[in-house]
Amino acid sequence: MPLFDEKITKQLKEILSQMQKDVKLVFFTQEIECQTCRDAHQFTNELAGLSDKLSLETLNLVIDKDQAAKYAVDKVPAIVVLKDDGTDSGIRFFGIPGGYEINSFLSALLAVSGRVEPLPPAVQARISKIDKPVHIQVFVTPTCPYCPGAVVTAHRLALENSHVRADMVESNSFVPLSIKYQVSGVPKTVINETNDLVGAQPITALLDEIEKL
Amino acid sequence: MEFNLSAGLFVAEQNFLPVESQTLYDVLIIGGGPAGMTAAVYTLRKGLSTALVTGNVGGQMTETAGIENYLGYRYINGNELVDKFREQVMQFGIAFESSQKVQRLEPGPVHQVTLEDGRVLRAKTVIIASGKQSKRLNIPGEKELAGHGVAYCAICDAPFYADKTVIVVGGGNSGLGAAIDLAKIATHVTLVQRRDRLTGDQILIDKLAAYDNVRILLEHEPREIRGDGHVERVLIADKKTGEEQELPADGIFVEVGLLPNSQFARGVVEMNEYNEIWVDCFCRTRVPGIFAAGDVTTVPYKQIIIACGEGAKAALTAADYIQNQK
Repeated sequence: MPLFDEKITKQLKEILSQMQKDVKLVFFTQEIECQTCRDAHQFTNELAGLSDKLSLETLNLVIDKDQAAKYAVDKVPAIVVLKDDGTDSGIRFFGIPGGYEINSFLSALLAVSGRVEPLPPAVQARISKIDKPVHIQVFVTPTCPYCPGAVVTAHRLALENSHVRADMVESNSFVPLSIKYQVSGVPKTVINETNDLVGAQPITALLDEIEKL
Repeated sequence: MEFNLSAGLFVAEQNFLPVESQTLYDVLIIGGGPAGMTAAVYTLRKGLSTALVTGNVGGQMTETAGIENYLGYRYINGNELVDKFREQVMQFGIAFESSQKVQRLEPGPVHQVTLEDGRVLRAKTVIIASGKQSKRLNIPGEKELAGHGVAYCAICDAPFYADKTVIVVGGGNSGLGAAIDLAKIATHVTLVQRRDRLTGDQILIDKLAAYDNVRILLEHEPREIRGDGHVERVLIADKKTGEEQELPADGIFVEVGLLPNSQFARGVVEMNEYNEIWVDCFCRTRVPGIFAAGDVTTVPYKQIIIACGEGAKAALTAADYIQNQK
């Protein structure tokens, strides 16, 4: 059975028709797929079929370990978003971007394709000053209406500065990781293992936290 | 798998114009929930120049999973209904800005509205439709442990409480809903309610009664949330005897109702003890040219369908007001 019904398919096509440049998705799964991996596999397959501007490469976490290492993928299912020239956008989705997260996923595709609103110059200036590796993990649940806001903000930073890598992490699919970071409310944004933010915060709050690192 | 797609987010906003400080608008609408969006459709259809500023498009509707009492739809997802409202507003040229909150409202022959980023907008009439937000308990430990066991969104955070012990505060519909969601997965749920009875719908009370891992404490209230980095215990007081007990808990879900977003209008328009804006049946406040509609007002029963009706009424009253000024 398809994941997207007729109505959603039509809406997705319309939204994806606004993509400007091509975007490539690299999907990582594993040999013996977990249920989530199977669903994510189907999700990426169906989605990639909805736009000529989208292409998909499916890799295996174990067999393609060099690629996995290159893209800093250490768990599956994972979706890495690449720009049209094949360079890494810094944007990752771990777990299926279902529920409300479909919105952050589409935002990422549009943004990486070049359809993105400019940021205020003051914010842009602060982002360009980031000169050391920053790893942002945004923990979400698919039923959380506030979570896509936090994900989109983190992904935007990744898109604007190549030192930043930003992951959406679907908490239910990565329970040990959620426990490790003591996630008991979402969205929760963990920055470089050390700093965190609770709730959907504006981009400036995220920058404040990064500047403290 | 479900997809809560907000298609409206991605629609090119061809008819949305930027809000401008130099323009004197006929109508400035504060809030983009059902009341504000309906008001916009009415004022725009009357040909009035309209600006709308809002924190988020859709207001509380965006946090509602399913709506079953908005006529025309037997069932519709909250975001879908927001998209439909938004589309209907978008067919007109409206000055529109989201992610923007209002700081101050100054009445006068021309009303002035100061935004949080300092810009000042001017309008002949103002419709306040800024809605409500979740209320806090305001007890020690709540702020410190927010996001660390203190939760305000059961649909978001319930999954983290599988096989855990939780407390839900509030015996209205949202408290009952949270308790039902949690009872399915948690070891134990304690529902704490200040009043001597549950105030939610009977259908939810019955649903909750079917779980044997739920205890209901009526006429009790939480006094303090304790824990080192995460919620561990909650101090609960019996309101009749004053007796306090400490309950072990991994989490506490706060569902004690809503607070009107009316701070910016304090001292300008009259409000009741809950800070709801007092309006008459024409949606008039006591200040000429300032109207209010929806959940932020004293009008009883906070429902989408009521907010829409009130928004329409406020818009029509504003249109009459402008007409009579000429």
